[in-house]
Formats: sequence, structure tokens, C-alpha cells
Amino acid sequence: MLAHPCLVKMPCPNPVTLTDCAAIVRGLRGIVGDDVIDDPAELAAYASDGLTAYSQLPLAVVLPRTTADVAAVLRFCHDGQIKVVPRGSGTSLSGGALPLADGIVLGLGRFNRILEVDLDNRCAVVQPGVTNLAISAAVAADGFYYAPDPSSQIACSIGGNVAENAGGVHCLKYGMTTNNLLGVELVLMTGDVVRLGGRGLDGPGYDLLGIVCGSEGLLGIVTEVTVRLLPRPESQRALLLGFPTMTAAAGCVAAIIGDGIIPAAIEIMDRPAIAAAEAFVHAGYPLDVDALMIVEVDGPPAEVDYLIAEIDALALAAGASTVRASASDVERTLFWAGRKAAFPAVGRIASDYYCVDGTIPRRTLPAVLTAITAIAAAKGLTVANVFHAGDGNLHPLILYDGDQPGQLEAAEAVGAAILEECVRVGGVLTGEHGVGVEKRDLMIRQFTATDLAQQTRLKCAFDDRNLLNPGKVFPELCRCAEMGRVHVHRGATRFPELPRF
Amino acid sequence: MVTIRATTAAAVADAVRDACDRGRTLEVVGTGTRRGYGRPVAADDVLNVGGMAGVVDYDPAELVLTARPGTPIADIAMLAAAHGQHIAFEPPDLAPLWGGAAGSGTLGGTLALGLGGPRRPFAGAPRDHFLGFAAVNGLGEQFSAGGKVIKNVTGYDLPKLMAGSLGTLAILTEVTIKMLPAPRATATLAWAGLDAAAAFVLMTQALGTSAAITGAAHIPARAGPATTRLRLAGIPVAVKAGIAALGSLLSVFGPAARIDDADAFWRDIGGVHAFADDADLVWRVSLPPSQAVAFVTALGPDDARWLFDWGGGLVWVMQRADDDIGRVRRALTATGGDGHATLVRARDAVRRAVPPFQPLAPTLAALTARVRARFDPSGTLNPGRIEP
Repeated sequence: MLAHPCLVKMPCPNPVTLTDCAAIVRGLRGIVGDDVIDDPAELAAYASDGLTAYSQLPLAVVLPRTTADVAAVLRFCHDGQIKVVPRGSGTSLSGGALPLADGIVLGLGRFNRILEVDLDNRCAVVQPGVTNLAISAAVAADGFYYAPDPSSQIACSIGGNVAENAGGVHCLKYGMTTNNLLGVELVLMTGDVVRLGGRGLDGPGYDLLGIVCGSEGLLGIVTEVTVRLLPRPESQRALLLGFPTMTAAAGCVAAIIGDGIIPAAIEIMDRPAIAAAEAFVHAGYPLDVDALMIVEVDGPPAEVDYLIAEIDALALAAGASTVRASASDVERTLFWAGRKAAFPAVGRIASDYYCVDGTIPRRTLPAVLTAITAIAAAKGLTVANVFHAGDGNLHPLILYDGDQPGQLEAAEAVGAAILEECVRVGGVLTGEHGVGVEKRDLMIRQFTATDLAQQTRLKCAFDDRNLLNPGKVFPELCRCAEMGRVHVHRGATRFPELPRF
Repeated sequence: MVTIRATTAAAVADAVRDACDRGRTLEVVGTGTRRGYGRPVAADDVLNVGGMAGVVDYDPAELVLTARPGTPIADIAMLAAAHGQHIAFEPPDLAPLWGGAAGSGTLGGTLALGLGGPRRPFAGAPRDHFLGFAAVNGLGEQFSAGGKVIKNVTGYDLPKLMAGSLGTLAILTEVTIKMLPAPRATATLAWAGLDAAAAFVLMTQALGTSAAITGAAHIPARAGPATTRLRLAGIPVAVKAGIAALGSLLSVFGPAARIDDADAFWRDIGGVHAFADDADLVWRVSLPPSQAVAFVTALGPDDARWLFDWGGGLVWVMQRADDDIGRVRRALTATGGDGHATLVRARDAVRRAVPPFQPLAPTLAALTARVRARFDPSGTLNPGRIEP
């Protein structure tokens, strides 16, 4: 897909930085030697992350190997007022690692070692470039795993997971990254290094670890991560449930949770998503239902079998027309195959799709899905819905054709309208993909000017020159020298002289 | 000194703005049950927000409860129990440590301290269940953060920062927390007569299994024999399976007694009630579990009393008031220095002289001060509670 520079405005490039490009690259080489990329052909590999509608060549890419190098690079950029965009594996779906024309990309791919597995303390100390799945693989033989499992876990880095507070299909029961994170080593924009948390459960002082996780690279660069390990569940089983209506499926989710059961995962797909997935992977999904649900439970076999029977009965009472319990791991994997292939499956029926990520109170689910269909139809587009139903996290996939003029803009408008609907019913803009550049300009729909001013002031405590990943998350950054009250009068903006982006 | 009572967010904001304008500082209190925690606050006036109480919204099927911070924690527990739910981090009943009544305290105070009970290693701390809030910062501005749904990454996760910040960043005026189903069955296994090292090995082996454990504690021998206990919770078949699996895995430690109603035991562990009826110093030491045995060994064999919670990750220490107060942190440093010790109870004069919270490394201390300044630039709220 081609870059589309008009969609979201990024901060105006600093002409001085652009002019000084060669000197900056020389300076960086003075710190990290050959681990600097400035050849445009090689830079192109870093122009986008997982949100491929956006791309931008950075000034340069730096790939340091040690914390000391990261600190020296950041100090150099701090002194020279050069913007820095951190990057892990570049799988962000919200544009968190989108480069800036006048900024360097600081890639952490070379921080790829597992430093220590500490089973007595049920934790692992790893470098940020280690992939999510590699942690679980390293401890599998000991019967442990790392619980958060974002769908990109084979590629996404743990450092990126920390930056985005990544979730996954199992976070209903096991939590997000932040609930499984014990500590980090963090390099501040000044080059100062701090350690937050450790191998114990509660760190001293303010819970800065809690705000660094999910800060989307705006507060510091993580150079070491300590994660909690959990004993791997002895067994897992899944139920495949079909419902004639989405309302019945939503009622079933409420019945399961109301009955006191927190399954490992509850996923729902709507009719267009079911059809696309079934045509793609032939998982044996029923095609005569409006909603397909996968419920997975894990634990000792006796517990799993008991819960499967209980959920089976709840599903029937809720009006399920299809109820199949996995009898083997092969069958369970088959149930999941269609759900896990839902995105590429949708990619087969439309030339492009755009994935939205909002969370709603579950009780509003049927009404919100009706609204989503109407919003898309008004723009002549269709939507396939998959979602993490247990926690109300929606992933509408908006189908469009990027070769048709105006369709990308229409898809983005539909996405924005869907997220506004999520906020209107009491939900939030993003459940797990992050704000990035994608939802940045929607932040004002969820937060007041005072709310956003408090958040951007917090950034000043970490990065008072606003050099770390500016243009992401917040529509406008706070001028850090200003410490007084925020005056917002009749919608007037705070600093009319500052560029808005 | 005057006491200002504010029962609405707007009144809180007015009070803070007024204090700012007049250059006065405020001690923020709810019911005051946790006033003995941290450094004694040296404020000009008291802002009492305990009247800001009541549940605003609770939809059990959504797993979310919104309430005003002055709501008694006991009221929420009762309301949740009526729907088969509970607050999963098991709020510790700490008020008796400071002479308060058992079972007292508010939701806001619980979040402001940020301490979880025996379930903390298994279900998370207050931070992990704190979804969103409305608050008034040190500038007297009303703002909110987080959300009212259980999965949300929109903006900085400020509820985590607020948990444990002791009212030094902002005054909570409404909070939303996650609620979870209460377990249908609970049972506790008890082993007698183990020393600290054996107890640690027992707990570590148990916590390496997928048994549904929600508590792991050890009390050393004193008047009675040492007791090492594991709590299992979940659906009855899971508890039964866990008991069977642990019984055979841990048979080398001797027979385990099964206790079906051990609620009082775990409540006492969480609130460290064994140390309540005493005037002596109480320390709370959070550290990697594997360092717990070395830490209590370094403390020395004499009259310091201690117990393990969290499988060894939390050590409570009681020390005689006339004992060398530097001993606990010295023992911690000698053990490896990964943990931190909080002086939870001591006379006011002692908590002024000895930092109740473990001093931070200089760079982290400077960052912490900058964070505070971005919420409360003039230091109006709870001055001195954390740092002099």
C-alpha cells in the first residue's frame, strides 16, 4: 500500500535538523560506529510499522547494542534537540514506530538475548528485542510460560509489548503486559538510566513502571525487561458455539461471567467474518449463524472438563444452535484456526482492510454492532467483526479498496466514527493496539483538555524537550516550561502560537 | 489549622485552589484509618474527603464497580458478595496496626496505599484492578484518566501511578475498579514444624505447579509450632484436584492438615494482626522470594519476629521499639539489595527521623520529584508524607 501523507499531520520537521543531517550521522557513528543506517534504500525498511497506510523515511536508523550506547545516543540527541522514535519489531498497529523526517529511529533489534531465567522467583530477565514467543519457548521445558500472547507474538518484541501494554486473546484471565511485568531498565532522554521494579512484586516509590508500560515510547527507552512466568496449564479445551443472533451470543457471555466463570478466552466473530474464515481455512464453522463464539478454558483436566460441561449448558440456555466441545488438542486448534486466520481471511475477500480497536461495556455489544454496520453502510463500506468478547474489546475490520479514490479516507472516517461510538457508550478508543498516530486526533473525544494537559505534563517529567516520539498519542504536547494553570476558555487552545499537529 | 470538609469533586477543587491561592498546604484524609502510614504530614490545614462516599455504578456482569473513594471497603465487599464477586486483590485489613478498628477503612484509602493482601502474587495488587478515576490535582483542576472498562490502553495508565501515591499527586473523587467472581470453594493445607528454608522450598515447589493456589504463607515457631500454609481456591473439583496433586508432590514435608475455614487465618496474615496489639516497630519487606530466607537469617536469631507471605516475596518484621532501627535495611542490603523495606508502624517522631520508605537511587528520586511537581507543583497535597 502506498503512503498517504495527507491523513494525519506530523509535527513540522525542524529545518535545522534536516540541514545538519550529515553531521548528525557523523556524530552517531562516533558513538556506535557502523550501527547507523543512512542509506535511503536501507532506511526504507524502517519507513512503516504495522500500520502500513503511513510511511516516512527517518533521518537515520541507529541500532545500538548496549545500554551505555543507548544512553550515549539519547544524550547526543538531547543535546542536539534531535527527535527519537523507538522501535522494536515494528509490528505496532497504531503507528507507534512511524518515523519522523527530522528524527532518528532507535531500533532495539540487537538487544535480543534472554539474560536469565529465574525459576525460584518465577521470572525471566530479557533484553527488549527478544520476541514474546521466545520467552515462553525458553521456559517451556520447565513447565512455565509467559502469559500475554498478542497475535503477533512470533514477531513482536517484549520491549514493544511493554511500550504498548500489549494484550492478546487470553488477557481476560491472565491480564495484559502490565499485569505480568515486574521490572524494567529505562534510559531517559537525558541519557540517565533508572531501574523500575525488579524481581519482587512491588517496587519502592511511585509506580512509574505502571505508567512506562503502555506509554508508547514517549517516556523512555526500555533496555531490559523482567517478566513474570506462570506454570503452564495442564490442559486446555475449547467450545465452538453458534448463535442465531448476536444478542443471544452477548447474553451467553454475560451468563458465563455472571455464573462466576472467567474462561481463558472468549472470542466472537460475526457472519461476514465467519464466512471469510471458513472459506479460507475450512475449520468446520457453521455458516447459518449470526455469531460464532470460541470459549477456551484451561487448568487441571478435572476442572477443564467440569467447566466445559457447565458452559455447554449455559450456551444451550442462551439459545446456541451449535455446541461443539473439543475432544482433542487437534480439534481445539482447528476451532482456533479460523479465528486466528480471520485477518488474512478478510484480506482475501477485500483488497484492503483496516482494523479498528475499541473497548465497550459488554452490555452495549448488540447495539454497537448495529451502529457499526450502519456507520459503514453510510460510506458504502462493509465491516467484518471479530472481538475479544470477554473484555468487550472490538476489532471491526473495515473492507475497502485502496485503489479506488477516496476509499482509504472513507475507511478511516468509518474507523473514527466507530471509535467515537465506543466512547459514546462508555467505552474507550483502544483496548490493546495503542493510540499511536492512528487515534491521536480522536483523544479529544475521550478526554477533556484538562485531562490531556495533565498527561502531557507527565511527559515533561521524563522528557522536557518533547524529543521522544512526538506526534504520537497526544494531539498537542505541553510546553514543559509552562507550569502554571491550564486556561481553557470557551474552547480556546492553550498555546495558539504553537503548531498543532 | 482548620479542617475543611468537601463532599463533591467541585468542593475539593475549590478547597485546593483556595489553598494554592493562600499558599497553604493540605493534609488529605478520608476516615483517617491509615494516617499512621508514611511520614507524618506537616500541613497547614486538613481536607477531609471521607464524606465523598457511595457506590455510583455496579454491573456485576461487566466486572466493573464505580464508587466515590470514601465508600467503606466493607460495604463494597458486602455488595460484591451478594453477587458472588469480590475485590480480587484481597484488601488487607491494616487499620488495627495503627490502633483502628478491624474492618474499617475506605476504598480510596486502600487505593492510596496500594497494598494487596495474600492473593497479591496470584491476582495482582490494587494497581492491577484500578481501572480509572476522576481526581483533583495540586492545581485544583478536575481531571480524569483510565476508563470504566476492563481493557484499555488509551493514554498513560495513570490509575497505576495513583495507586500507592498516598494522596501526594491528586485527590481521588471517583474511582472505578475491576471486580471478579469470588471462588466457589476454598481450602487451606497446613504443614507443621518447618524451618524457614524448608518452608520456602515447599512454597516454591507448590507455586511451580498449576494448582489453583491463592495464598502461601509461613509463620515460624514461637509460642506454638511453625506453620506453613497454602490456600487453594476455585471451583470444587479444582480445589480437590489441587489438594491431591500438592499432597503427593509435597509429601516429603510431612502430612498436611486440611482446614476448610481458614478465612480468619488469611485475614490475619494480610493485616499482620499478630503484630497489631503491640507498640513495637513493624516493617514490610518486599523482595524476590528466593532472598527471603537469607534476609531473615541476616536479621539474626534474636528477638525480631517475622512471617512470610506471598511465598516469601513479602516478609513482615516486628522489632522492639528500643532495638537498632537500622537493622532491617542493613539485613536487606546484605541479602542482595533487590528488595525494599517500609517502616509501616512507628511513633511519629521515629517516622520523622527514619525514612519510612526505602530511599531511592538519586536518579530515580529526581525523576520521582519531577513527576510529583507535574501534578502538584507547589507541594500543596500531603507535604512530607513520602519525602521530607
